[in-house]
Amino acid sequence: MNIKTLSVSQANDYIKRLLVSDPILHNIKIEGELSNVKYHHSGHIYFTLKDKQSKINCIMFKSYTEKLDIQIKNGMAVIIRGYISVYERDGQYQLYASEIEEKGLGDLYKAYTQLKERLEKEGFFDISYKKDLPFRPRKIGVVTSLTGAVIRDIITVTLRRFPKVQLSIYPVPVQGEGSAESITKAINKINKSKLDIDVIIIARGGGSIEELWSFNEELVAKAIFNSKIPIISAVGHETDFTIADFVADIRANTPSTAAELAVPSYKEQQAYIDGIHKRLISKMNERMNVHRKNLDYIKNNQYFRHPFDRVFSEQQYVDQIGKDLNKLMDYFFSTKKNKLLSQAKRLDSLNPLSILTRGYAVVYDKNEKAVNSVKNIQIDENLFVNFLDGYAKCTVNELIREDKALDEENGLRKITESIRKSN
Amino acid sequence: MTKKMDYEKSLNQLEKVIEQLENKELSLDDALLLFQEGIELYRLCHSKLNEVEHKISLIIDENKELTETPLTLDELEE
Repeated sequence: MNIKTLSVSQANDYIKRLLVSDPILHNIKIEGELSNVKYHHSGHIYFTLKDKQSKINCIMFKSYTEKLDIQIKNGMAVIIRGYISVYERDGQYQLYASEIEEKGLGDLYKAYTQLKERLEKEGFFDISYKKDLPFRPRKIGVVTSLTGAVIRDIITVTLRRFPKVQLSIYPVPVQGEGSAESITKAINKINKSKLDIDVIIIARGGGSIEELWSFNEELVAKAIFNSKIPIISAVGHETDFTIADFVADIRANTPSTAAELAVPSYKEQQAYIDGIHKRLISKMNERMNVHRKNLDYIKNNQYFRHPFDRVFSEQQYVDQIGKDLNKLMDYFFSTKKNKLLSQAKRLDSLNPLSILTRGYAVVYDKNEKAVNSVKNIQIDENLFVNFLDGYAKCTVNELIREDKALDEENGLRKITESIRKSN
Repeated sequence: MTKKMDYEKSLNQLEKVIEQLENKELSLDDALLLFQEGIELYRLCHSKLNEVEHKISLIIDENKELTETPLTLDELEE
């Protein structure tokens, strides 16, 4: 048999002609669940239609999407009208949709919603169960696939942000058969192991609800909930929320964000503690300076600068008192001396003997009584005239009375004597 | 006691110390004690921040107990 050799293009072209000429495929209605819905900026919508066993790629061109009155999204159950043809470049047949009619929420989406509501009621999402992430983990466990950008992103971001940390990767399939079981086992075993992991990141890139389904399984939710080690989830894109995200201690938008949440910025931390170190030193210096100033102030106090001032001034005072005392003593003695001298002079002047030296004599009668008037003596009476150095026995020859008081000179003497006597 | 503290605890303690040193009425002796404590805590934080060397490893789950084997970025598939 001679078979004609065809080019790929010719083969695809032939298949396409076969399909489009088929009366059923030309105008068909298919029901299924939407996933992988992508609104392209060109205005076309790309999506997948699927049921439990099978799927078909679909496209709706801009000319039809403009007439579309519903916003289609993943999980939506729909009936699509259109035709089947081949996208020759990829050798892929697909459904070219012209109408989409909503049939109700998809089975998977329903299952997701039901499980979410139940777990929420059971307290799986309670904020009170959320564990704090370690501030500075030493070892981070990463549960994800070894292939793809996710693990690379986590490693690069961690390395850049905080190089002083260990990453231990537990590789798991993140979709398909056995994936949920593997993730569950990874979380449980890391918890039981002696690897000393401080925080776990479970991560997966974006995908359809089917692709993310492992993270919506109850056993994964329970493993996350029971983990003693805090868990960061980073599953799917920003807009995809899985059950795992709700149960995890914290949810990250992307794997890179998960890495950023897991570790502090090394530079910031280093700068921060260095800053405190500087503040410690400057504050201590400041405090020391205050004390130093106080000490200087005290040191410069006049009592410390001239410590003997007080003593000197006391000495001066004592000296002054001493001087005053001497003065007073001198004065006292000189007064006493003067008084004594004047007394002595007076005494001297009263000394009867001194009168005798000047040529006077005292006359006694026989009774040894001093004679002071001629009236008291008689002629022939014996009298004794006492001199300084002896006496003379005399006899009165004659008595002559004279009134000496009339004599001016004698009268004056009499007065003086009478004054002296009275003293 | 300080040996057992992790980075975060040491840092919290350090923050308390600097707060007191900056805002509290203290005798010179107490200030000096705090300062000394602060410097020790700073050194501790510094060493806690730097004590782990970066390492990537793959967890092997083949036996009862998990084990680890070193991994480089180049070994990862694109």
